[in-house]
Formats: sequence, structure tokens, C-alpha cells
Amino acid sequence: MTPKKYLILFAITVFSTVGDLFLKKGMNQAEIISLVHPWVLLYALANPWIIFGVLILCCFFAAYISSLSWADLTYVMPATAFGYVLTALTSAVFLHEHVSASRWTGVLLISMAVGFVTRGPAKTVPPPEISVEAE
Amino acid sequence: MNRRPEVWLVLALFVLSTSAGDVLMAKAMGLIGDLGKIREREGTFGAIRRIFVSGWFWLAVTAMASSFFSLLTALNWADLSFVGPASSALTFILNTFAGKFYLKEQVTGRRWLAAALVCVGVFFISR
Repeated sequence: MTPKKYLILFAITVFSTVGDLFLKKGMNQAEIISLVHPWVLLYALANPWIIFGVLILCCFFAAYISSLSWADLTYVMPATAFGYVLTALTSAVFLHEHVSASRWTGVLLISMAVGFVTRGPAKTVPPPEISVEAE
Repeated sequence: MNRRPEVWLVLALFVLSTSAGDVLMAKAMGLIGDLGKIREREGTFGAIRRIFVSGWFWLAVTAMASSFFSLLTALNWADLSFVGPASSALTFILNTFAGKFYLKEQVTGRRWLAAALVCVGVFFISR
């Protein structure tokens, strides 16, 4: 693992957290979606928060597929779970929300998980020859 | 917070499509190989071309699109603090099993422990 690869894992964490927050803000402003009129969902795509959220999630997507090209899925998932910690920390620091003892316990457990998994090998499935065309 | 049956239905759809998207994308990128090395050999457009000609990639994108629209619906119906942790913990479990049995990854004790710690951690954070 090189510093650049750790940076990509960190980018996944940040982009997914911020992207989800933007989507939530946008969907709060959207009309209530019903199963009878599901196309209301398409109108929500014009909301600026949703557009920003989608742009940020495109950055997440690029970093995510890059990481999956050199690491296992079962490595990338826990390694990028730091997003939950990030959400709790930003809520406490920037939004001045009360973070309960239970939440700090969760933060500690997820941090331990990230520490555990990132110390192991990133890839256990042998990579294909580069000359081999993808299916 | 509204937890009517449709919320659980869309949450189930979100979890299944997210997991399918993750697993199919891992399969696609595993077959394509390290993008950094491909970029060194074939340039950025060569790497992009390899991604775009992969059938597994487009299957993954289809699953991820379903996941995106079910997420938007879930966020419209329920709080992020409920949708996020509830779906993540379930997706973690599904993906870990799929990684071991479908992608044939070596899910060591360290990785099982990490997945379990994240699930428990998510539970505590969502309380």
C-alpha cells in the first residue's frame, strides 16, 4: 500500500459522506414520493443539492472503482467505514450536536475495525494479466 | 419517523441493489486489473476504454442506478440517521459473504472481525 492508495481510500470516505448529506438535504426539499406517483422522483433530480450530491458521488465512484482494481471488496468496505466516524465528528465540531457516549463507542469500534483491516493485505485474489481483455 | 411497510420494502431494495452493485463492480475491476498499472501502459483513455468495454461494469452500473433511486426514495421517507446505519450494516454482511463465496476472496479472521466491529459500531452510532 502506497500513500496514494491510502489517499484514495480517504477520498472514498469523504466523498460518500458529503454526497449522502447533500442528497438528504435535497430530498428533504422534494415533494413526498408515493408509490402511486413514482415519477416525482425524477423532478427531484433538478434540485441543486441533488445535483451537487450527484457530482460529489461521481468523484466517489471514480475513487471507488479505482480502489477495487487493486484491493478486495472485503478490504475496501471496512477500510472506508471511517465515514461514520467523520459524520459523528463533524456533527460534534461543526454542527455542535451532542454526541452521546453510545455514539463515541460506535466511533471507537469502527476506528478499531479500520485499523485492523488496513494492516492486512489489500488484495488476496491474484490479478489477471494486463494484456487479457476484460469480459 | 415513519416506518410503514413501504419504508422497509425500499430499504430491502436498496440493500440488495447496493450489494449487487458492489459485488459486480468488484468482479469487473478484478477482471480488468490495477488501473494505475494499465494507465502507465496504455494511458488514461486506454484505462477508461478497458472499463467501458466490460459487461460486468455495465451490470454493476445498472444495479448501482437502482440503488441510487431506492436511496433517494428511502431518504424522502425516512431519516438519514436511520437509513444510513440500517442499510450499511446489512450491506456489510451481504458483501462479506459474497466476497468469500462468489468473489473467492480470502476473508481472514482479521476481515471478519473488522466487518463485525463495523456492524456493531454502526448499531451504537445509530442509537
